[in-house]
Formats: sequence, structure tokens, C-alpha cells
Amino acid sequence: MIQRLAMLVLVAWALVALGARWLPLQPDHMALPHILEAPDRELWLGADDLGRPVLDRLLIGAGVSFRVAVWVVGLSLLVGVLAGSAAAWYGGLPERLLVLVMDVFMAFPGILLAIALAGLLGPGIDNLVFALTLVGWVGYARLARAQVLSVKEREHVQAARALGTPSLRIIGRHLLPLISAPLVVEATFGVAAVVIAESGLSFLGLGVQPPDASWGSMIRDGVRYMLVAPHLVLAPGAALLLVVLSVNLLGDRLRDWLDVRSGTRERRTE
Amino acid sequence: MPAYVLSRLVNALWVLFGVTTLVFFLIHWVPGDPVAVMLGESASAADAGALRHALGLDRPLPEQWWRFVTGVLSFDLGDSLYYRQPVFALLTSRFGATLELTAWAFLVAVALALPLGLLAAARKGSGWDSAAMGFSLLGVSIPNFWLGPLLVMAFSLGLGWFPVSGRDSALSVVLPAITLGTGLAAVLSRMVRSSLLEVLGEDYIRSARARGLGERQVLLRHALRNAWLPVLTLLGMQLGALLGGAVVTEMVFNWPGIGALLVESIQRRDYPVVQGCVLLISFVYVLVNLLTDLAYARVDPRIRLGGAGT
Repeated sequence: MIQRLAMLVLVAWALVALGARWLPLQPDHMALPHILEAPDRELWLGADDLGRPVLDRLLIGAGVSFRVAVWVVGLSLLVGVLAGSAAAWYGGLPERLLVLVMDVFMAFPGILLAIALAGLLGPGIDNLVFALTLVGWVGYARLARAQVLSVKEREHVQAARALGTPSLRIIGRHLLPLISAPLVVEATFGVAAVVIAESGLSFLGLGVQPPDASWGSMIRDGVRYMLVAPHLVLAPGAALLLVVLSVNLLGDRLRDWLDVRSGTRERRTE
Repeated sequence: MPAYVLSRLVNALWVLFGVTTLVFFLIHWVPGDPVAVMLGESASAADAGALRHALGLDRPLPEQWWRFVTGVLSFDLGDSLYYRQPVFALLTSRFGATLELTAWAFLVAVALALPLGLLAAARKGSGWDSAAMGFSLLGVSIPNFWLGPLLVMAFSLGLGWFPVSGRDSALSVVLPAITLGTGLAAVLSRMVRSSLLEVLGEDYIRSARARGLGERQVLLRHALRNAWLPVLTLLGMQLGALLGGAVVTEMVFNWPGIGALLVESIQRRDYPVVQGCVLLISFVYVLVNLLTDLAYARVDPRIRLGGAGT
């Protein structure tokens, strides 16, 4: 039951993100008479400090978090799995180098590196994606390496190697299918982490820039009016919590279902 | 010195060196010119050149890098472009506040997680268990830049119990500590629960029960003591998340620590301070992890004697 609900939230998130451009939204339309207006029948979620409709901005923000999450998790997964599995497969100097590099990247706690990098590169979604990917790939690389190390001595892999199958083919055909379950689980939690990270960076003013809307920047702007217009903080935060909660819930179920051992890496990155 | 300790030390030294180098190149590689920031847009090319020379920015990159690394070794991190004082002094003046915040957050997390995890494990499958795990799921999912404002709305603006922001009274730390500690509490309570459940299946627990010990005795005296080790490792690892989360939490509550200094300095493009903040936080994190590793190896001989792993 609760999984269905979570699934529903995520489908709605994706649909809004992909379909927002066809909706008659006016996220930047300023209407002075509506400034800080509380939710009512006409403006379902009220209006912000410039009289812009909160609901419209919320829906646009859904698109931002969805796109950033898909890009960052996709790119991190690609880079991480390639680097991690290749290093484990070939071994030797490249592997040792990768381990050393990973150790350095893991030495930056949480999203500290992303905060610094996004701040130095300047605001904007592209820089945000780059900064979060640079932080994100390490987790997948570590996991992929550990997984490949644990299966590369299996008999069918050794047989393929003895038959002279090219390494890339072995990795793609024989190793990746074996190691994909924990990676899928990790990527699911990764989506939750990236959604929080994107909002967090936008909250700090290092992500999406005005007038564009992101859930994080909406919370930041709303904090100033907490006393008179609490809906400005409540609405984007609730949307954010709902999405992250749903992703984490499904991740938990996925982990149980695929029978993956937990604790591959720290999950909180906010 | 045992080989394990030595290998951890060498690894930590390498990581600190790597972090220093990475931070140096990040700052030098990103767009934006510190000299332009310092002098403003109206500066003449000659002035800019003179300042560049004074700061050593006209030297070859490897030489600048070497200066930076040796500077870090002697606690010389340059001067802040904004405050016009040594970065190291700035960091030390702000570090106490961050330490206070993280320490309280840590206490909040342990105080919440221990009873929750115990309750969930002792009453596995009951409503208590679901409630505790529900809290845990909520705790990992709620971003601290939203939880913070919510707490302020309820307990500062609504009830007036705590200050909205700043660090002026003893009560100031309460809301920031809860905000920062909740996420850790969530992760920890899960760990306490699963670790306890694993231990509770062991033979010696069965014999303790068979000897007629009460459930309370079994849980607190026998199980918790042995379930503590994995929790301890997690604590060390999660302290990093705590330090990272402190950056955001400090901004929410206007808490005058390293995190707030970092974000302010990014906005002012005060590069030396940004460098210093990132280095300090990472160094603390690396050292804490090293200490956790060593402490853990002391307690558990399997780690010392077996392969160090990765």
C-alpha cells in the first residue's frame, strides 16, 4: 500500500517534470495585489513575496530537481562503474591509482566539495550537475570495484577469459549483470541524495538562480516571511520531503527485494 | 608499530596531501581572478600586475603549488581578501562554534538513536518497531534546511522558547543541534536495531536467557555491549556527514562557525578563506576516521591481524 503511494508520488514527479512545459504555468508572473497571499481557491498554494503563484513555481521546481537527479545519477553511475569495474578487472597500477584517488575524494565530508566547487564555478544548473557528479561518482566506483573483485574469479568468468573473450565483452556480458543489483539500490538512494543536494545548494544560493524556481531557493526566499506567510516555506519543503521519502522508501524495499546487504556507504549527503 | 597502524597512518598522510593538492588546483582552475576581486573593476593593469607579483600569482603553477603545500604545513594559509587578516587566525576563531554545534548534535543523535534502536530491536515486528523505523525513514529524508525553519516556526516564533538565530545565549544551540542531529539519529537508530538483532541471535544470548536472566539484563548487559562495535564505526564515518551538514545548518541559524564562514567567503569570492575552510573540515574528518580505525583495531584483533582490506 505505502509502496504504491510512493510509486504514485514518483510517477507524478516525473510527469510534472517532463510535462511542465505544456502546462499553462506562469512561474514568473508577478501580480502585486497577490503579494504574500495565503492559499485560497484561486491560488491553491498562495503567492510569494513578488505575487508569483507558488504552485506554478513548485511545479517548475519539480522539473529542476528531476533533471538534475537524472543527469547526476546517470553520469556518476557511468563514470563510477566504468572506472571501478575496469580497475578491479585489470588490477595492478591503474587499480592502485584509482583507490588512492577515491580515498582523496572520500576525504571531503558530505557535500562540502560540491558546495565549494559549485560556489567557485558560479551558479547555474550545468555547474551544479558537474559539481555533484564530481562528488557522486566515487560511491559507485567503490561499489563497482568491490563487486567485480568478488565475482571476477568465478568459473564462468574464468572460462570466458580462457576462451579469449575480449575484456570489455567480459565486463559487459558476464560481470555487469552479476553486480547490477547493489548498483541499482545505490543509485536509488543516490537519487534521494542528489535531490536533497540540489535543493541544499540552491538554498545556499549556489544552484538555480532567480528568477528561476527551485525548491531549495523557494525555501530560502520563504524563510524571510515565515511569520506572515509560512506557506512559502511549507509548500516547497513538503514537496521535497514527499519525493525524498518516496525514493528512500522504494530504495529500502528494493534492497530487501534484491537482497542486497546494507551499509555500502553513508547515505546522508545534505 | 604494528603493520596495520602504520598502513593507516601512511594512507592518512597521503589523503591529506591529496586533499591539499586537489583544493589547490580547484581554486586555480576555476574561472574568476582573485586580483580583480581585490582591486575592483576600476584597477589599472599596472596595479593588477603589481599585486599579482606581490601575491606570487605570476610564478609558475608548480611553484605556487609547492608554496601552498609548504604553507599548509606551517599553518600559513595566506590572508583573507575580505577581512585582511591571516586565514588561519580566522579559522581558529570560528572553529569553536562549529565544534560546539557538532558536539551537541552528536549528543542529540545518540540520545535519540539508542532508545529508539533498543526499543525497535526488543519489540521487533511490533508497532513500536514500525514507529521507530518510520521515524528513521523520516529522519534520513528530511533536509536540514527545511527542518531548521520548521523548528524555528514552532519553537521560536510560535512558543518563544528558543532564539531564532545567532549564538548569544546558552539556549541558542538547542534548535541547530536538533536540526543537525536528526539525520544522524535516523541512521544510527537503524544501525543499533540491526546490530542488536544480529547479536540477539547468538548462542551466548540464548544461554543467558536459559540461565534465567531477565530480558532487561540480557538486552543491556549482554547484547548492547556487543552490538556497540559496528555502531561505533558508523559513528566515525557519520561524523563527516555531520561536519558537512553543519555548513547548511550554520547558514540556516546564522551560527558563526566554519560552515557559515565558507558560504560567506564563496559569496565574496574570498578564495584563501574558501581554501582554508575546505581544508580544515576535510582534515578534521580524515583525522577522526583515522582515530576510529585505530580505536576499532584495538578493540577487535581480527582487523589488526587480518588483511587491512580497502
